[in-house]
Amino acid sequence: MKIAFSAQGDTMDSMIDPRFGRAAYLVVYDDESGETSGFDNQSITGVAHGAGPQTSQKLMEMGAQVLITGNGPGGNAQAVLRKTNTKVFVGAAGMTLREAYNAYKRGALQEF
Amino acid sequence: MKVAIASGKGGTGKTTLAVNLAAYMSESERVVLADLDVEEPNSSLFLKGEVVHKEAIYTNVPRWEKDACSNCGLCQKVCNFHAILALPAEVMVFPELCHGCYACSELCPKDALPMVARKTGELRQLNVGSFQFVEGRLDVGQEQAVPVINRTLEYLNDEFPELDTTVILDAPPGTACPVVAATREADFVILVTEPTPFGLYDLTLAVDLVRDLSKEIAVVVNRFGIGNDDVFAFCEESSIPVIARIPNDRKIAELYSRGELVYRKVPEVKRELEKIRTLIHEYSRRTVF
Repeated sequence: MKIAFSAQGDTMDSMIDPRFGRAAYLVVYDDESGETSGFDNQSITGVAHGAGPQTSQKLMEMGAQVLITGNGPGGNAQAVLRKTNTKVFVGAAGMTLREAYNAYKRGALQEF
Repeated sequence: MKVAIASGKGGTGKTTLAVNLAAYMSESERVVLADLDVEEPNSSLFLKGEVVHKEAIYTNVPRWEKDACSNCGLCQKVCNFHAILALPAEVMVFPELCHGCYACSELCPKDALPMVARKTGELRQLNVGSFQFVEGRLDVGQEQAVPVINRTLEYLNDEFPELDTTVILDAPPGTACPVVAATREADFVILVTEPTPFGLYDLTLAVDLVRDLSKEIAVVVNRFGIGNDDVFAFCEESSIPVIARIPNDRKIAELYSRGELVYRKVPEVKRELEKIRTLIHEYSRRTVF
């Protein structure tokens, strides 16, 4: 399964970016193959409106079924994530991606 | 003659000045006051009157017609405002982000995005005794102020075309699209500021904006007496006249907080309003002849 994180960097040791729409990076971890791939999302800072839907679309293109983030997506992003059947887990702010993944596996993150 | 009252910084006294100036000028001439700060119109808090006109304001946004769509994705590519998302089997429209430019609708090869009207605001005209007051108001939850401002300006042009009427436009703060929309038609722009570093910084941004629109500028300093002289130095260097100084006075704040007109009880304010009125007339003579 492909699990995506909103992140401040592009490795599993990076910190979670608590924001979703304006996250600096998106990192996808495939827990079957063990591979990670990062996407630099920093160009989103130049976008005045509509960051949530755009980042959601990127997530869909990356093929993630689960999103782990901090605060939780806003209304427009939620609408897109619902259409793309992406499950969202929140409360991972302050963790590295690896810690967030382990917390998710233990069931310690709340489904949004 | 249209005079816009704007500011970079919020809370400098645009509405206080606009309402008091309109009331003062209406004692001797024809005045219309329009509240174009449609995201938070508050001129009406200081005015009492009878509603003589009310209308809904509509903005056109695209509606996705599933059966006609070929999922080509062109609509998303042409939308500068990210209001349309083309997913593999669905097009999502975010009406709050739509600027109503019609690009998606006109360029869709299948005509799958017809534009439909959506209510986003309201316009009211009140007879407040000595003058008419027109207010544009954006509905709660809506994000696009510009169409509401534009419709309010169109209404003003239709209803009050007389050259001898001074139309005072209470503009939104800041330097973004709503300010451009609210000041675009003005014959000149009064920028209200306070003599503080914060006031000065935002004033410089507002001056840049209004100069880009090729409008003449005059500055009114509110809360004169606090801060420092930097605003005055800036205006002098930039050849911008400071046409009035409204003193920092607790009594003014008290009257304001009770929703009362200030100039009727504070002679210094009345004196400053007279200076502004004189300037408006001078400017009016220059542009007409």
